[in-house]
Amino acid sequence: MSERKDWELYEIFVRARGGLDHKHVGSVHAAGAEMALEHARDLYTRRLEGVSIWVVRSADIVASDPTDSDPFFEPARDKIYRHPTFYNIPDEVETL
Amino acid sequence: MIAEPRALAADKTALFEYVLRLADTSLVLAQRLGAWVGHAPAIEEDLGLANTALDLLGQARLLLAYAGEIEGAGRNEDVLAFLREEGEFRNIALAEQPNGDFADTIVRQFLIDAYQVELYDRLQGSVDTQLAAIAAKAVKETRYHLRYSRGWVVRLGDGTSESHARMQGAIDRLWKYTAELVTADELDSRLHAAGVAPDHEAVVTAWRTRAREAFSEATLDMPAGASYAWFGKQGRHTESLGQLLAEMQYLYRGHPGAAW
Repeated sequence: MSERKDWELYEIFVRARGGLDHKHVGSVHAAGAEMALEHARDLYTRRLEGVSIWVVRSADIVASDPTDSDPFFEPARDKIYRHPTFYNIPDEVETL
Repeated sequence: MIAEPRALAADKTALFEYVLRLADTSLVLAQRLGAWVGHAPAIEEDLGLANTALDLLGQARLLLAYAGEIEGAGRNEDVLAFLREEGEFRNIALAEQPNGDFADTIVRQFLIDAYQVELYDRLQGSVDTQLAAIAAKAVKETRYHLRYSRGWVVRLGDGTSESHARMQGAIDRLWKYTAELVTADELDSRLHAAGVAPDHEAVVTAWRTRAREAFSEATLDMPAGASYAWFGKQGRHTESLGQLLAEMQYLYRGHPGAAW
């Protein structure tokens, strides 16, 4: 018999319908990934919100540090040439 | 509206009784589970149990409405749910057993879920098209209920020494109520012969296998036999049902015909 640890936090991602991305919708506590799936199903898909669920241990997510914002994101600020806004779009192209 | 041809059209009483067994088991269990709302060990479980309760209530409504049609005496689902006396209820007595601790609730739930999965799965092939349709809807919900309760059986059975002991205690306490679950009575056999109900023996064998496998995975002991003479499905209940009904029926009886 194995002693189990306390419940962990899981982040929940739900795909609303085929073809769309999984979107982060919130988090649940659970004693394992399978249980997290069930909790996610019970909490976040009660009103037909999804067709697929991903659960990820919150502890397994590596996030950027807010204090690193400057070195991480600031350098992109003055590089407007990276946006594809310097092209002339022919009038005939309607849905670009 | 009852479409013909339907087996047992001539034996409405038997069909009525049989449908009540299914309906009342779901109704009473839903009422029990509803009492967990606000009290479950975690908010996630609170919602999980409530979801299951609502599924069961939905099944009960369909079945009670159908029972009312069969009876043809003008009783609708509300009248059947709220104005019958204890002795007129046909749920298996396991469903009415008190919530106890979480282990009691989970064991009760697992034993009934495993039974309903096997029953509804086969009931989809009933010659009674209405019952077959209700079973087809119910079996999907019930498969999830079973996944949920079985998960907890294994988790708690093979958990800490405390959770293991509580689970084993719950099994040992509740096991006697499975006697009526594994025993086909005259009504079960008659409805099977008419093609309405599935082969009871097949349901029981599959149910037993599910229980054995889950308990084994959970390092829990499955008691050998169960003999208990009080069959809820024949209207002989434990004292718990009266208390449950008093609470469930109080509003309707206090305010007949009340609507939201």
